[in-house]
Amino acid sequence: MTLDQMKPGDECRIVKIDIQGITGQRMLDMGFIPGTAINVIRNAPLMDPIDIKIKGYMVALRRSEARAVEVNPS
Amino acid sequence: MNKSSNEIVVALTGQPNAGKSTIFNALTGARQHVANYPGITVEKKTGTYRFNGHKTIVIDLPGTYSLTSYTQEERVARNFLLHDKPSAIIDVVDASNLERNLYLAFQLAEMGISMAISLNMMDVAQQRGLTINTKQLSNELSVPVVPTVGNKGTGIKDLREVIEQISKDKNASQPSLHLNYGKTLEPVLARIEKHLSEDMVISTHYPMRWLALKLMENDAEAQRLVRKHAKNKENILGNVTRERELFQTEQKQTAEQAIAIRRYEIAGGIVGRCVKREKEEEQTLTDRIDRIVCNRVTGPIFLAGILFLLYYLTMKIGGEYITPWAWKYWAMLRDVIANLLPAEGLIRSLLLSGIVDGVFAIMNYLPIFLILFLLIAILEDSGYMARIAFIMDRALRAFGLHGQSTLPMILGGVVMGGCAIPGVMATRAMKDQKARITTIMIIPLMNCMAKVPLYILLVSIFFKNHQAIMLWFMSLITLCIALIVASVMNLTILKREESEPFILEMPPYHLPTITGVVRRAIERTWLFVKKVITIIIAVAIVVWVFITFPGISNEKIAYYDGEANKFTEMFIEKTGEDNPYAKLLIGSGLKEFGQYWDRYKKQRMSTKNKNALKEKFNKENPEFFKIVNRGKGIDGKKDKQAKKIYGAYKKLDKKLKRLSIIRRKEVVYVSFAGRFGRFIEPVTKFAGFDWKTNIALASSFAAKENLIATLGTIYSVGNVTSGETLAKSMEEDTSETWTPLHALALMLFVALFPPCIATLIMIRVETKSTRWMLFATIYPIILGFIIAIIVFQGGQILGLTAIQVMIFLSIFIFTILTAIYFMGGRPAAMKIE
Ligand SMILES: Nc1nc2c(ncn2[C@@H]2O[C@H](COP(=O)(O)OP(=O)(O)OP(=O)(O)O)[C@@H](O)[C@H]2O)c(=O)[nH]1
Ligand SMILES: [Mg+2]
Repeated sequence: MTLDQMKPGDECRIVKIDIQGITGQRMLDMGFIPGTAINVIRNAPLMDPIDIKIKGYMVALRRSEARAVEVNPS
Repeated sequence: MNKSSNEIVVALTGQPNAGKSTIFNALTGARQHVANYPGITVEKKTGTYRFNGHKTIVIDLPGTYSLTSYTQEERVARNFLLHDKPSAIIDVVDASNLERNLYLAFQLAEMGISMAISLNMMDVAQQRGLTINTKQLSNELSVPVVPTVGNKGTGIKDLREVIEQISKDKNASQPSLHLNYGKTLEPVLARIEKHLSEDMVISTHYPMRWLALKLMENDAEAQRLVRKHAKNKENILGNVTRERELFQTEQKQTAEQAIAIRRYEIAGGIVGRCVKREKEEEQTLTDRIDRIVCNRVTGPIFLAGILFLLYYLTMKIGGEYITPWAWKYWAMLRDVIANLLPAEGLIRSLLLSGIVDGVFAIMNYLPIFLILFLLIAILEDSGYMARIAFIMDRALRAFGLHGQSTLPMILGGVVMGGCAIPGVMATRAMKDQKARITTIMIIPLMNCMAKVPLYILLVSIFFKNHQAIMLWFMSLITLCIALIVASVMNLTILKREESEPFILEMPPYHLPTITGVVRRAIERTWLFVKKVITIIIAVAIVVWVFITFPGISNEKIAYYDGEANKFTEMFIEKTGEDNPYAKLLIGSGLKEFGQYWDRYKKQRMSTKNKNALKEKFNKENPEFFKIVNRGKGIDGKKDKQAKKIYGAYKKLDKKLKRLSIIRRKEVVYVSFAGRFGRFIEPVTKFAGFDWKTNIALASSFAAKENLIATLGTIYSVGNVTSGETLAKSMEEDTSETWTPLHALALMLFVALFPPCIATLIMIRVETKSTRWMLFATIYPIILGFIIAIIVFQGGQILGLTAIQVMIFLSIFIFTILTAIYFMGGRPAAMKIE
């Protein structure tokens, strides 16, 4: 599954990041590391971007980017 | 950087929103822009302080999550550390986000510069129930750790001491922190390092291990360094590529992934050992606020409410209550200045009509700006700005913009009364190059504060009964046009620019500090005032020259002087030789009386204590006083002769004033500016602009503030100083020729008119491209002219009122906008690099 398929309230763990270059690097830098837990908090009013909690802080990302994050629901 | 033996240079680094600028301000007492919005500081800023006799230079670097070379901020921060070699680094770490912040700290330590950590936001960490063992943290990292609370100034003294220590004794403080990247990476790094160290030049210039790591990460900038400095470049780079490929096939992940994972592993370990969580994480206040503020239904309502409040407070409170109140004081100040100037002649005219009135016409709007800046500062400091980006992203993305375009657009004046310059500058926080250029190009279409006075002026004359609606219309229509322009540009000229990921941190909310907010509002207002005083003065002089020279012919001058004399003679005749007061008003006496009369009238209007004023003027000249007091002495005794003079002089005064208006108009008509305005009138008349308007528009190119100032000069009647009197004289002057339709066309043209020169310079700086600057100059003229013509001609041909035209235009534009939104609004397909 990928992160954009998760619903608000869902929890999951990162399996891997399927994107390289600047987007992938930024995700790594911000703590999107395999094994890390993610809480999906909410959708924006127009359903995109999504707001998630990772490593104790909140971050918003677009669905198009979230699709590159492979996760395991837990 | 030049370092004398006594000077210390410290660089402040850290992740976005960690509090670097706050610490910078606390250290230096400077006023660096602070906001609860990641990416506010986008270039390095310098400040100094003295400590124990040492001069310490502090550099506030932009916040970065990492030190790659993908983004401009990272390059700025990294290149400074690499090339300017500061004496020490202070890494400002957000204690409530320790793990992620350590990730950057490790990379800083690898740059081989003395370093200490300012463990900031200790209060936030505490609130969250985190206890951090700073001593152990310091041991594990082997760098000094100073706990701080930046916005309260806690720990700043300790920080200063540590800075001195680590810069003084270099060796002791070299970060001995040496990250071990594990069995798979270390051997590779060692091989590359060895290879690099064989090269004489590169090994003395750069920290070897750092360079080896960056090369493994496939960092373009590091490769460039090798190419530039190493003799053996082909060999080194070829080697690195082989190592990278080998690593990837063996480990099933890229080297940069492995490196990041390892850094987080170590950071996680340290956090586990140094941080104790005392209470289970409960729902924070931020979570609870976000539930309402980012909610699907209440979120947009809240946002609209905030924007409405912004409007209401600036326009209503600022515009209707504070501005008139403040004007009294401006008028007083202007009179003081006017009295200091030489009594008559060209110089006075230049100084007074050209400069003083130009500046004061703008100062009139100062209260509005101050309130706007206060409100924006509150929004920024609260943390709400990131939520605006979150809420707005999907809507704005449909037009090729970005959630982060919201702040620059608001600063530019989506809500009336911004300024394009801070707007353009604020786009620097945007990572997405394509969206950024688009944003920069449309910011000048917003309603900057220099356009607002003209709107208010015209609306108050021509749309008396619909003032608020018209202002709303102006801001909505400009926004809609801007969005259409943005999407057209995105599909055409910007097609090939690079797009970037949207990964935006949502900082926790906090209560803005009063000092912080007030400080920033005053600072921004001051920036504006400075601009007024520099640019406006320069332009005011030029404009004055253009509308004053070459001047009317000598015969004309003689004619006007003759007329004035005739009036005066008539006055004396009428009052009669036998009138005792008439004698006082012969020759220079008349002029003296004129000044006395003007002074008395003016002071009477502004003072409450009329009796004291009467006493004063009576003391000065009891005869004059009887005249100006309508033939009554201070004792209340009536004097028929004096009353007669009063009536006659009043008539004379009116006649002379009218004469001077006609004369003034003729001067403008034959002036250089008048010639130019008339020259292009045949074209501009299609949009309803006469030559006077043309002059004003041309002068506004230098700075929008001039628009109203120039109109003020052209329509000036005696002493035009306030917007109010300008409104009156325009009304008198234009009521026959101007219709609301003229006003609407002009407002729309001004709304789309090219940005002022200062903004264009900023655009050049931000885009680093003269082509974009020229584009930003030319397209608004064409667009604005087309729309003005459509409005003016359409309205005239179809016989519509301005309000009807406005409604049709809104429907038309809104339809296009909706079409774009639903056509171009589908989420862009993901691009995998
Ligand atoms: N509670 C608390 N707030 C702080 C502290 N230090 C700074 N702040 C606030 O945190 C926010 C961010 O501070 P800045 O100084 O703008 O952060 P920065 O690191 O310069 O951010 P960028 O320039 O965007 O990278 C501001 O609203 C500050 O008032 C602190 O120790 N405690
Ligand atoms: Mg800053």
